[in-house]
Amino acid sequence: MTVIVTGCGFDPWQEIQNYQQTTGILDGQVGATNVFIGTLRDFNDGTAVKGMTLEHYPGMTERQLEIIISEAARQWPVIDALVIHRVGDILPNEPIVLVAVWTSHRGDAFDASRHIMEALKSKAPFWKKERLVSADSRWVKENTNGYKPAQ
Amino acid sequence: MSIKVRYFASLKEDLGRSEDILETASLLTVRQIWQCANPQQTLPNPILVAVNKDYADLESLVNDGDEVAFFPPVTGG
Repeated sequence: MTVIVTGCGFDPWQEIQNYQQTTGILDGQVGATNVFIGTLRDFNDGTAVKGMTLEHYPGMTERQLEIIISEAARQWPVIDALVIHRVGDILPNEPIVLVAVWTSHRGDAFDASRHIMEALKSKAPFWKKERLVSADSRWVKENTNGYKPAQ
Repeated sequence: MSIKVRYFASLKEDLGRSEDILETASLLTVRQIWQCANPQQTLPNPILVAVNKDYADLESLVNDGDEVAFFPPVTGG
């Protein structure tokens, strides 16, 4: 299980490939890999966004992410998990977060990933400040509900 | 007792500083730490608090050498 908080841009697909190669997790019991990638939109709340700065609480962030992954691994049989989260200045289309989970069966991969992602949204100490095209900037007040009921 | 108090994100900007070092004579709760550090400011609501980088509540007791943090709801991911 690995947590990385980075100020540098990252390629999630390359990171997954490297991780699978160095850990060798695919040689064995893995039957399901679930990947979630969050990227920066160029709009939010009806306003054009030209970039974002992500602040975090060094030390607490990593610790909370590790706790969240441990919770998931207690609840579901997780073989391995990789969480990478960007901090600092980010541009639209750049990845913000990667959650990759390896399990034997698909249900566990989906459920553990969802748990990690939703817990990250409410507990990991990151804060987004958007830079708007209008030259203003604003703090994002709260995360959107990721699970609106289907219409 | 010496307590380090940290502020993040919009709260840090509103207060105009990122941390305080408090010298206190007695054992205080997180809520009392806020009052000592910010006598003119009511505690924002909503607020999240941590002691030594773990989530805590406003009535948690703070010990010598602890790091207390106040911050708005988190918005990562």
